[in-house]
Amino acid sequence: MENNFKKTKREGVVIFSPYESGSSIKKALEIGRENILFEVRESKMKGRGGAGFPTATKWMLVAASRADKKYMICNADEGEPGTFKDRVLLTEYPALVFDGMVVGGYTIGSEIGILYLRGEYIFMLEELEDFLQSMRKQNLLGKNILGKEGFNFDIAIRLGSGAYVCGEETALIESLEGHRGEPRNRPPYPVNTGYMGYPTVVNNVETLASIPQIITKGADWFKAHGTDKSTGSKLFSVSGDCEKPGVYELPWGTSLNELVEIVGATNTKAIQVGGASGICIPKSQFDRKLSYEDASTGGSIMIFNQSRKMLKVLKNFMEFFVEESCGQCTPCRIGNIKLLEGVVKIEKGDYTFSYINSLKDLSKTMQVASKCGLGQSSPNPFISILENFKDEIFSSNGNGANHA
Amino acid sequence: MLVYEKNSLSEEIELLIERFGKDRVALLPILQIIEKRHNYISEFAQQEVARLLDIHPVEVYSVVSFYNFLHRYPQGKNIVRLCKTISCDMAGKQEIEKALKRELGINFDETTRDKKWTLEYTSCLGMCDQGPAMLVNDKIYTKLDPETAVKILNDTK
Repeated sequence: MENNFKKTKREGVVIFSPYESGSSIKKALEIGRENILFEVRESKMKGRGGAGFPTATKWMLVAASRADKKYMICNADEGEPGTFKDRVLLTEYPALVFDGMVVGGYTIGSEIGILYLRGEYIFMLEELEDFLQSMRKQNLLGKNILGKEGFNFDIAIRLGSGAYVCGEETALIESLEGHRGEPRNRPPYPVNTGYMGYPTVVNNVETLASIPQIITKGADWFKAHGTDKSTGSKLFSVSGDCEKPGVYELPWGTSLNELVEIVGATNTKAIQVGGASGICIPKSQFDRKLSYEDASTGGSIMIFNQSRKMLKVLKNFMEFFVEESCGQCTPCRIGNIKLLEGVVKIEKGDYTFSYINSLKDLSKTMQVASKCGLGQSSPNPFISILENFKDEIFSSNGNGANHA
Repeated sequence: MLVYEKNSLSEEIELLIERFGKDRVALLPILQIIEKRHNYISEFAQQEVARLLDIHPVEVYSVVSFYNFLHRYPQGKNIVRLCKTISCDMAGKQEIEKALKRELGINFDETTRDKKWTLEYTSCLGMCDQGPAMLVNDKIYTKLDPETAVKILNDTK
């Protein structure tokens, strides 16, 4: 019952393929910075947190900048509802994540790595600290790593304190600096002005966990999986109405139909792709493919069967955003409250369609006017659920609303 | 707060500053430790941290009020955080919720009179494949049913 998620042996083509701890660091030090950047660029690796920014570009920008200090930050503030892949990576594959940080640190010329772990994951803190200690003993961390003169790198773990918005990279940096986790204006981007004003790379846990595999096995091997624009594989956190929930490593380009088959979901009505800030896809569109170019996701897949009421699902998401909006910018702070109000009114049957339409307009305003990804994406479920399930929600004999 | 309590708290915060450094970066770790030891961060503690870090007290207040895991008012010795995200909801969160409320005789966001328990909701705990899930202090419990949830309370000292 408690921490019982360590036993399963996982299968997968890229991240879950066999890997020997420390081997990528050794190889990285042999081939040198330029070749690492070349391999990562060739692999067309994109950030796995959801935004999909090319990892190599981010690294190159920081590697090329001149500064006394540079920082390598791993974003383990996995807060998106329905996402738990980082939990699996950190508890079962810490070597991949930390080796990825060391390789990244070497490439960009950083000496300090920080793992920002969300407060909810405090239960894994001790084991992670032990793992770092064992890496120090093997000289995978510390001074002159593996005998490489002048390459010093160490990793510190910092805990978050329960704020979803801190998963946004500039909010994360603010939090690390001891401030409220409120996103900054961008530009300047963290690659120029990051932690304490120094050039900083912030990478998702899964992004970093892919790096050791790319370095040891090569960009071509990595590219052989996935699609043209979305190379490699992705960890999907599957939850909801299916027989086998859990983390699955599947190549990009897998269709929702295939996914439903794999996880043993029957009688499915809809799938929420990308967590609360993602979109809700009805069964009629299950031929859509999971990839950056089609149904993009940071990994969260929530499955709803025919018995679920989509309005209730939407209400849960909107309550989440009202709670987690940092309150800094008005479109997000007020907008989410207005959208939740709308959902409650629909629930009561106390709405007009012109009111709903004005809320849809508000959603569009939020998408363009909000300061960070939270407010820009929080209207997604509102728009997609009302659009795709309007028959259920607005029909008087439907079971979405309580009226009739 | 009694004078000797204030003095010991000041001393404690001084030691924390020695350990983490007199730097704004140290603010969050310091607050996290105070929260852990005292189950909240009192106004006096906020002022002391501000004084010793050379920042305005409102800066400390603004940080304390921002984060869900930091509290400005006394909480119970043990904090139960039940995940309220839709995945846990579909897995039967409501039953757990009822059982916890019944057992402790309080609602969510309340603390028992003996200051032993606080009930809170939390956003996704990242245990969606094993819901319903709750966090009791630093420990995570998954695949709960009402009976095991109550047993966990009884086993936690």
